[in-house]
Amino acid sequence: DDKLLTEPLKHPDFFSVKELFTLKDLFDARVHLGHKKGCRHRFMEPYIFGCRLEQDIIDLDQTMQHLQLALNFTAHVAYRGGIILFVSRKRQFCHLVESTARACGEYAHTRFWQGGLFTNAHVQFGPGVRLPDLLIFLSTLNNVFEPHVAIRDAAKMNIPTIGVVDTNCNPCLITYPIPGNDDSPAAVELYCKLFRMTIIRAKDRRRQSEAVEELR
Amino acid sequence: LRLICTTTAVQRKNAGASGPEKYTEAFIKKQIEEFNLGKRHLANMMGEDPETFTQEDIDRAIAYLFPSGLFDKQARPLMKHPTEVFPEQRKIQWGEDGRPFHFLFYTGKQSYYSLMHETYEKFLNVQKHQDELIAQDLPLQKEKRNLAGSRWLTKIELEEMLVEKMSDDDYSRFIRLLEKLVALPCADLEEKYIQKFSKEVPAQLQKVLIEPLQYDERGVAFSTGEGRRKTASATAVVYDNGTGKITVNGIDILHYFPVLQDREQLLFPFQFLGRIGKHDMVCTVSGGGRSAQAGAIRLASAKALRSFVTEKEVEFMRQAGLLTVDPRVKERKKPGQEGPRRKFTWKKR
Repeated sequence: DDKLLTEPLKHPDFFSVKELFTLKDLFDARVHLGHKKGCRHRFMEPYIFGCRLEQDIIDLDQTMQHLQLALNFTAHVAYRGGIILFVSRKRQFCHLVESTARACGEYAHTRFWQGGLFTNAHVQFGPGVRLPDLLIFLSTLNNVFEPHVAIRDAAKMNIPTIGVVDTNCNPCLITYPIPGNDDSPAAVELYCKLFRMTIIRAKDRRRQSEAVEELR
Repeated sequence: LRLICTTTAVQRKNAGASGPEKYTEAFIKKQIEEFNLGKRHLANMMGEDPETFTQEDIDRAIAYLFPSGLFDKQARPLMKHPTEVFPEQRKIQWGEDGRPFHFLFYTGKQSYYSLMHETYEKFLNVQKHQDELIAQDLPLQKEKRNLAGSRWLTKIELEEMLVEKMSDDDYSRFIRLLEKLVALPCADLEEKYIQKFSKEVPAQLQKVLIEPLQYDERGVAFSTGEGRRKTASATAVVYDNGTGKITVNGIDILHYFPVLQDREQLLFPFQFLGRIGKHDMVCTVSGGGRSAQAGAIRLASAKALRSFVTEKEVEFMRQAGLLTVDPRVKERKKPGQEGPRRKFTWKKR
């Protein structure tokens, strides 16, 4: 059992996550498009490549690195049987995100966030509840253009977060930010596809390793 | 014999979701065993066969052994199967390794949100189907759904279906989504899904049967009707081909009802239909006072006249209030007051 858990940690890219996407895929899905210059958040300036006709362009090289780190992390979490929660407050993509979560066998929360879900979990759900081990934000802002409450709550409960940060978002409390577009349907579909493929791959790998261990 | 008394949980409001009393599975099992034992004891007591003792027999036996004059049926002694007494509850939502079973568990209201998710999925399916039909230039089906005969489930019924509490906002959101789905032209695709949330409401008139005319020995058509008002009850027999003669308890109306107001009440149905001189009437009435008897005969004659008249005129009569039973009865006197409304004289000191 120990061998199963320590084996993936020795390789930098155990689940070969780099093959899942290329720079061209990101460009075709319009991931590099940001908001206008007036909406720019101060902390997003390192991730922005430039500004064209007042619209910000996100640096796709940095996005590639961040995306690779994030996907690697999700794969490891899924390999160890962790609970992954997809969060997004965009009404357009609510159905898509929920279907993606269902397809992976993980969980989703694209509805109104009640105050004490994480911090008051024993009262809300019942004693002995297990909280998620990873939060994935497909959009870090809520419908009033403020940072989603779940970012702060996850930081309070020591839960790692991955988040797609657009040019008007605050990337501070997110452990693995992914600078990229969160408004276009093409971009969000690409993210959903990538996360779904990594999680399924990691789970299949886990089942294979367990089967191999049992055979011995 | 152990009686399971009703708790405050079993009332019209659904308390299945989360209340301070949570029944464990072991408790419910014990209650079921006790109920079965008690059923056999009861059957022995009543001298019947324990094997074939049905729920109706139990109800009759309890009503016999514990007679109660209480008005509220739910306050009387009750012996029912524990699954009917204790409302359905949520069992533990996660497995041994801690992973919840439902993919929307962390939202808090998993059943409601999964219902919204499913309905939205059907909506998208119907839209996709519509787009395909438009792409092939086919006409969209337009069979009008019968809107008048059905209603959506109420909030309480929906809460019972989902075993989960929801707020009024959530309920109205769900109903709006269903209305949107139904409004699409190709909504017939998901007819079965929509029927799960709609209930039939039969129109009022369809329930009431209008009796056909009967014929007596002379070949004259007649019809009977019954009416009540306050404490008076009347039966009226209306004959066709008449001269407008009206007899009450064997006495002519001029002698029985000396007051003009009562005679006007009797003639109102005939005057409304314009058939004053055309029908004869023989009625019997008992109870009540002079005005109550007049009202009772009026209702009885209106009901009898329904058989002589077209459906449209019946609807007119109903809208005029001729066919409605007057619900006004004498209000009871309350303690601490002199009459039903009059209070005792207020004295300053």
